[in-house]
Amino acid sequence: MENKPIIDILQARFSKETIVVDESSDILTLTVDRNILHDTIKCLKEDPGLQFNFLTTLCGIHYPDAPLPLGVVYHLHNLYEKKRIRLKTFLPDTDPSVRSLTDLFSAANWMERETYDFYGIIFSGHPNLKRILNVDYMDYFPMRKEYPLEDSARPDKDDRFFGR
Amino acid sequence: MNKPNYTTLNLGPTHPATHGIFQNVLTLDGEKIIDTEQTIGYIHRAFEKIAERRPYYQITPLTDRLNYCSSPINNIGWHLTVEKLLGIKSTKRVDYMRIIVMELARITDHLICNSVIGVDSGAMTGFIYVFQEREKVYEIYEELCGARLTTNLGRIGGFERDFSISVLSKIREFLDHLPKVLKEFEKLLLRNRIFMDRTINVGSISAERALNYGFTGPNLRSAGVDYDVRVTSPYCSYDDFDLMIPVGTNGDTYDRFAVRQDEIWQSLKLIRNVIDNLPEGKYSMDVPEFYLPPKQDVYNNMEALIWHFKIIMGEVNIPAGEVYHSVEGGNGELGFYLVSDGGRTPYRLHFRRPCFIYYQALPEMIRGGVLSDAILTMSSMNVIAGELDA
Repeated sequence: MENKPIIDILQARFSKETIVVDESSDILTLTVDRNILHDTIKCLKEDPGLQFNFLTTLCGIHYPDAPLPLGVVYHLHNLYEKKRIRLKTFLPDTDPSVRSLTDLFSAANWMERETYDFYGIIFSGHPNLKRILNVDYMDYFPMRKEYPLEDSARPDKDDRFFGR
Repeated sequence: MNKPNYTTLNLGPTHPATHGIFQNVLTLDGEKIIDTEQTIGYIHRAFEKIAERRPYYQITPLTDRLNYCSSPINNIGWHLTVEKLLGIKSTKRVDYMRIIVMELARITDHLICNSVIGVDSGAMTGFIYVFQEREKVYEIYEELCGARLTTNLGRIGGFERDFSISVLSKIREFLDHLPKVLKEFEKLLLRNRIFMDRTINVGSISAERALNYGFTGPNLRSAGVDYDVRVTSPYCSYDDFDLMIPVGTNGDTYDRFAVRQDEIWQSLKLIRNVIDNLPEGKYSMDVPEFYLPPKQDVYNNMEALIWHFKIIMGEVNIPAGEVYHSVEGGNGELGFYLVSDGGRTPYRLHFRRPCFIYYQALPEMIRGGVLSDAILTMSSMNVIAGELDA
């Protein structure tokens, strides 16, 4: 399965500005506006020409200096054609919310809880959005970049010595 | 109408039947399971966060501790991911050596899971039989890398040392001896009336639901979907060899057991095939930036000393980019999503842990059944706490 028909079907459905295509990495990567993310994945899953019926994984990412700092990365898989696709959506710091995929994939339930737990991304429509790996009373989102792994006050743990 | 009189039962966090630290809060009506809620995270070690501070070669020991029943698969999966990002083309000998190690790991993983299903249904004997064989594989690991459980085996760019004559003879000995034990083990369980009654139609899941829940590995194949990463997206020269994918029909406990059992036979056949076709050559690729030079060169050769220093101190930068690579782990598709910004550590590393994804289907699978069946369902899903929590 080539990249072109996938892009064509999606761009016919959605306006061109909302989907940015990147073919430079190992998997076809689409950066999608968060308002159409759920519809895009629904289309990818249900369109007879696409059939991306398997949600491989879903995870968060944080770029603190970007205008839209928080992101969610989705990997979908078409098991018939052995084709993978990656979708990204970026969210503002002030309102990091995106529609949940739990109505399309049951697998998304815990993956979204984990992403919420790590990055504080709100998945609207999720049936049980609470922390999963960390304790319930934790009051920050540990995978965000502003939380250094080690005590930055210690001279031997200076970030410069670790390449960051 | 009276409110039903349900009992709440805490199974875990440290219950011997869960084989790991995770909790199930069961709501029971007599012995019938109405619902369950899982609590996980008891051994969460924040590997994804730790990985953001570690040079690439120091992440290998983290992967050991995901599915610790088959650490070498995780190690090699990570090395393959980094090699994919760097664009290193591996040699056939390295590929074949990796296949041998990974298949040995798969065999031990399945042996543990299947024998524990036996234990949970009341048959201890088979467990003792196959654990003697697992010990032999651990001796092979020990000979290869010095460790047994958390192996840290291999390097980015190949292996730390070649297969010695003693390793090869131990592998051949294992290949000759395991079939006898495995046949005995199958005689104990596979057509055993009690075992069949306990497992057939217990904890079944349809292919459609399994896919929707993101099942992979033997659990998905037992429901009848022939998805195997080794075949659909071949890595490490798996496509050089014939590989049969065993599939089940019902997706129940018995099918999961049978699929794993068949996979052990397939892996044995594959290892035999690979070892007979093992090409001559070097056991590492020519990538001085990432592969540690031999120790005698470090003492006698300036360039080797420089590379040694740079690699150990983590001064080697990795090109920017992002990559997803997956391998067929003991439990299913073990994926690594790696984002590099060009520094010495990953910018983001996400592990796709098969256990974490399929364990959420447990409530649906055990609902309406009895407690003793739930235990069997759980052990047949092969939930490994290390992989569950990362």
